[in-house]
Amino acid sequence: MADAPGDNTQAREEWQEAFDASKMRDVDFQTMSGVPVDPVYGDAPYPGQYPYTRGVYPSMYRSRLWTMRMFAGFGTAEDTNGRFKELLRSGGTGLSTAFDMPTLMGRDSDHDWALGEVGKAGVAIDTLADMEDLFADIDLSGVSTSMTINGPSPILMAMYVAVAENSGVERSKLGGTIQADILKEYQAQKEYIFPPRPSMRLITDMMKFTSAEMPRWHPISISGYHIREAGSTAAQELAFTLGNGFAYIEAAIEAGLDVDDFAPRLSFFFNSHLDFFEEIGKFRAARRIWARWLKERYGAKTEKALLMRFHTQTAGVSLTAQQPEINIARVAIQALAGVLGGTQSLHTDSFDEALALPTEKAARIALRTQQIIAHETGAANVADPLGGSDYVEWMTDEMERQAEAIFAHIDNLGDGSMLEGAYAGIDNGYYVGEIADAAYRFEREINAGRRIVVGVNDFTEGDDSDNDTLYIGAEVEEYQLKRLGDVKQKRDAEAVQSALNNLVAVASTPDQNTMPAFIDAVKAYATEGEIVDALEGVYGTYVEKAII
Amino acid sequence: MSDTTNEKPLRIVLAKLGLDGHDRGLKVVARMLRDGGLEVIYLGLRQTTDQVIAAVEQEDADAIGISMLNGGHLALSQKMINAINEAEAGVPLIVGGIVPEADVEKLNEMGVAAILGPGSSSEDCVASVRAAVAALA
Repeated sequence: MADAPGDNTQAREEWQEAFDASKMRDVDFQTMSGVPVDPVYGDAPYPGQYPYTRGVYPSMYRSRLWTMRMFAGFGTAEDTNGRFKELLRSGGTGLSTAFDMPTLMGRDSDHDWALGEVGKAGVAIDTLADMEDLFADIDLSGVSTSMTINGPSPILMAMYVAVAENSGVERSKLGGTIQADILKEYQAQKEYIFPPRPSMRLITDMMKFTSAEMPRWHPISISGYHIREAGSTAAQELAFTLGNGFAYIEAAIEAGLDVDDFAPRLSFFFNSHLDFFEEIGKFRAARRIWARWLKERYGAKTEKALLMRFHTQTAGVSLTAQQPEINIARVAIQALAGVLGGTQSLHTDSFDEALALPTEKAARIALRTQQIIAHETGAANVADPLGGSDYVEWMTDEMERQAEAIFAHIDNLGDGSMLEGAYAGIDNGYYVGEIADAAYRFEREINAGRRIVVGVNDFTEGDDSDNDTLYIGAEVEEYQLKRLGDVKQKRDAEAVQSALNNLVAVASTPDQNTMPAFIDAVKAYATEGEIVDALEGVYGTYVEKAII
Repeated sequence: MSDTTNEKPLRIVLAKLGLDGHDRGLKVVARMLRDGGLEVIYLGLRQTTDQVIAAVEQEDADAIGISMLNGGHLALSQKMINAINEAEAGVPLIVGGIVPEADVEKLNEMGVAAILGPGSSSEDCVASVRAAVAALA
């Protein structure tokens, strides 16, 4: 039974019941001046009620604050292992791994392309031996690990499983997320290896494998972050990301998975940029669109399948090299937008990231910024505190309207399939063209002085630029090359060759799942580059058309 | 863009070397230079120095622009300079992207003609290319 229009009584009662059943943090929910505040204000639908515009949980941050998940990785696997252990000692339970460019692109540290990149923007992984170093002395059944990797994600997934099994932890005990969002690689981030369709096959194999054998694993984090960083508008970020989400849903349904089992394993990853109200509208619209499409178009029946849970990262691209300290203020505002938008986890950028990888001090300030929002501002006391504001509600509707127009275009490109539409848009340059147009329009506005960037085209006095930056020397590359050489010498070369041959055979057969063959290959200490080379023989290599 | 003189417009080859896929900046610069009257040959991602030199020769280009965001600027700029010298291409190299203050001098010593950091205006980009080409003429 539903309420009559304008009457919230029943929805309010249902919300109250769900709220009362939620556990609460041991905190006085009152203002700084001692005024007690309600957990939510305004009209239905309330947080935790379809279509979840106001949040996915009835009690939101009163039960649990967002996860402050900071992304780290640098130098050798041993270096990062030290940082991980320090994090776990200080009470963290989530590890988030950044890999270096050669690893992200499926190339070994001794490849021509790797020159100057080894260990620079993340940790270098060539073989299972590096992965063993990365997670040495960490109980993998007790942590949740996030791995940001896409093109070669089945290889890293296989290595993670192998490290766990070699240390006596069953794969079913492993919890975490692998990004594995390959579609946005062709659209924005450009860390692809194979062409889209075979890549999608490998990702689908991984989804099936983890669905069957790893109940605590999230096989895809559908990411708008990189689309926005590449220059898209907020609405394009929203639409391309959710459009990709629909494409994965269609791929999973085609592969025989049940949408109600599969959809709850998906998570999302958005950017939080500087236009405060536009961002909040974007987050609210994202939840509403996802719930509605899953229910109406894909026939999901369980509530869990309708809930969009997402991670947020502040906008790296908004940070300025000029007067870098003022980036602390930018990050704080973006982080607050993420929280008011109802994010489940948050990474705050360090102020020095337009100059180099963050120093430890800069990373600490970024984390402290989240802690100020969580514990000092009162922003976590009330769910969806901006809901009901005419402006915010209008902005939410506007984001949804723009996104629906883009979905219609993609759906049309794919003749009624969002998956085929995604392939077609990659193939005809739709995504890269739209993103490049938006990026150029933004830059021209700055150039023409129609848009002010503080410290860059106005208010430029006071740039003393004497900050310490993190510097990663050439010794990481030397160490890694030696390590790779040693592993290759010690392993059984015949076992490697036979595992690679088997992988190629399985990869050439459409109906077999490739994951077990990946696991066998990494256990034989085949290198990431060798595995990629072998598969390129089957699938080919993707080359992007150079379009300005 | 109408060229009122009979001089041929300057031609520049733009490319991303190595693995770094951050192409937003270079694409924006490509459009800025094109709108500023230059002819832009955009090679795109994951080019080798040999591919860049081949494009310079085929297109009779006057300059090369590369861009790095991931910290590969020293190694890749040196590789590009070596390739230019080896081929006796006689064109200046302009580097864009994220270059820490401490490395600016190293790039200058290496022979990089200009460095365009974040926030460079359209006019800066066009003027840098023109000045770099004029300095070699």
